[in-house]
Amino acid sequence: MSNQTNESPSGKSSLLGWFDERYPVSSTWNKHVGEYYAPKNFNFWYFFGSLALIVLVNQIVTGIWLTMSYQPSGELAFSSVEYIMRDVEWGWLLRYLHSTGASAFFIVIYLHMMRALLYGSYKKPRELVWIIGMLLFLVLMAEAFMGYLLPWGQMSFWGAQVIISLFGAIPVIGPDLALWIRGDFVISEVTLNRFFALHVIALPLVLVILVFMHLVALHHVGSNNPDGVEIKKLKDNNGIPLDGIRFHPYYSVKDAMGAVFFFILFALVLFYAPEGGGYFIEAPNFEPANPLKTPDHIVPVWYFTPFYAILRAIPDKFLGVVAMGAAVVILFAMPWLDRCKVKSIRYRGNSYKVLLTILVISFFVLGFLGTQPSTPLYTKLAQIFTALYFMFFLVLPFTSANEKTKPVPERVT
Amino acid sequence: MSTEDQISTDVNLTRRKVLTGATGVVGAIGAGFMLVPFVGSWMPSERAKAAGAPVNADISQLQPGQMLTVSWRGKPVWVVRRTPEMLKILAENVTDLLDPDSDESLQPDYSKNTFRSINEEFLVVVGICTHLGCAPLYRPAVGSPDMQEGWQGGFFCPCHGSSFDLAGRVAKSVPAPTNLEIPPYHFVSDSIVRVGEDPVEEGVV
Repeated sequence: MSNQTNESPSGKSSLLGWFDERYPVSSTWNKHVGEYYAPKNFNFWYFFGSLALIVLVNQIVTGIWLTMSYQPSGELAFSSVEYIMRDVEWGWLLRYLHSTGASAFFIVIYLHMMRALLYGSYKKPRELVWIIGMLLFLVLMAEAFMGYLLPWGQMSFWGAQVIISLFGAIPVIGPDLALWIRGDFVISEVTLNRFFALHVIALPLVLVILVFMHLVALHHVGSNNPDGVEIKKLKDNNGIPLDGIRFHPYYSVKDAMGAVFFFILFALVLFYAPEGGGYFIEAPNFEPANPLKTPDHIVPVWYFTPFYAILRAIPDKFLGVVAMGAAVVILFAMPWLDRCKVKSIRYRGNSYKVLLTILVISFFVLGFLGTQPSTPLYTKLAQIFTALYFMFFLVLPFTSANEKTKPVPERVT
Repeated sequence: MSTEDQISTDVNLTRRKVLTGATGVVGAIGAGFMLVPFVGSWMPSERAKAAGAPVNADISQLQPGQMLTVSWRGKPVWVVRRTPEMLKILAENVTDLLDPDSDESLQPDYSKNTFRSINEEFLVVVGICTHLGCAPLYRPAVGSPDMQEGWQGGFFCPCHGSSFDLAGRVAKSVPAPTNLEIPPYHFVSDSIVRVGEDPVEEGVV
């Protein structure tokens, strides 16, 4: 191409042309936004990917601002959070944006994952989109857990104590591993310091890289849709999918509308119930960490309670830890556990609908049980619903192999 | 023959592969050694290790049935003065225990007995649940109102429902796998317990 014309491949203005010759501005924009063809039948469930991105930005920006006033030391951590809440200009808003954002993040991510289960978005050719997404989920859980230690309240301290002790249950290497993670014989300032480093630098970096990879993988294979039809199969003369529309402006506008509704709900919680009724910020966390006294009733924040209930349900220390880990890790195998060729629940047989309903109910019941003190009745219930939760993954390979499906349409409806 | 042809015909691909492979392996080993300081840096520092000095607990004011807590190495250590009734229950109730003889549990040899203590009146125990490290609650009374039916007095962990008797022995079918840990300790005098130090040979009370 000649340098004099300064024409970009897309024939845009000369300034853009100058950049396009030196950096793939237009081509990147077109590949991922301007000429990214997404199926035209996205519905409500397709808001949550872009919402997750918005919440991530909120967490990063408010997090950076909080770091400017927070002190990660055993002496000062708790009082510096109080300082942010009372004395720092707008500190209360920044902190509540961050803490409410954490809960919003998990709501959005759980709905985003539910969408994948409904429409088979983890299936071929999107296995890697799903696996990178699951890695994101794992890193997000670690990020949230480490962030919860930083206010250095009673629940911060004892929650970390319990979760790090989980590693101590691993045979042979367990106790040394727990010691290595804590960096001390009990949770101490040493642990607080390293969790701070991981929470503000290491894990956010990993999150951002994984989000990038998640999007690259998605845009390479193309988006799934509520009908589970591959729109790339039918293209017009220009090679554009017949059922595809450009992401921008069609879905950028749709997502903006979703964001507005999300902001309204988010603001309602933020301004009227920032502690989420004790579920977003727990009552014992208004008391400074005390290594000599456990709060009467330890519960993790709500988004971990389903997995916590599974841990408590198993009356064996090591097996409980294994079951809790397995409850998350087994989701990685979804693309291979589900052997049905039909993607969307709209055309799938009753067996999958029943199984998915049981999974969702189990998840909610376990989530409730995880917030409650352990009583014999609740422990029994937790065991039943733990069994039902795992049943989904164990039965699915058999039922999905010869599922009675409905005919899938050629094009999206 | 030009130099270029010379090079292309003389290239020894096998040697090139061996050299590349050897460089890769040596590089990987080097990278592995580079992990040592990063991984090692997470272990307890010398300062954390030095913080394990023994602490004294003054038990002169401790009434029968009472418990006091001291902090040793950042962990709660409980001293409970047990009543004769409590000791009677401990001696009798051994059927519901997972490890009644403390074979699987951590304690110094001088505390590996029925009451898991040097002086049976005083229990000295690390107040951290052997399940996941919460501090259990002290519920010494038989039939404490907030405990299950048939409660014989002991410690109850609110986190995951493990229970221990007043000798720190764990009940059957609870999540905790072993009895509560007994730290090294000895009686300096009738009123002072030193936690974190074994008894001196002649000084055993």
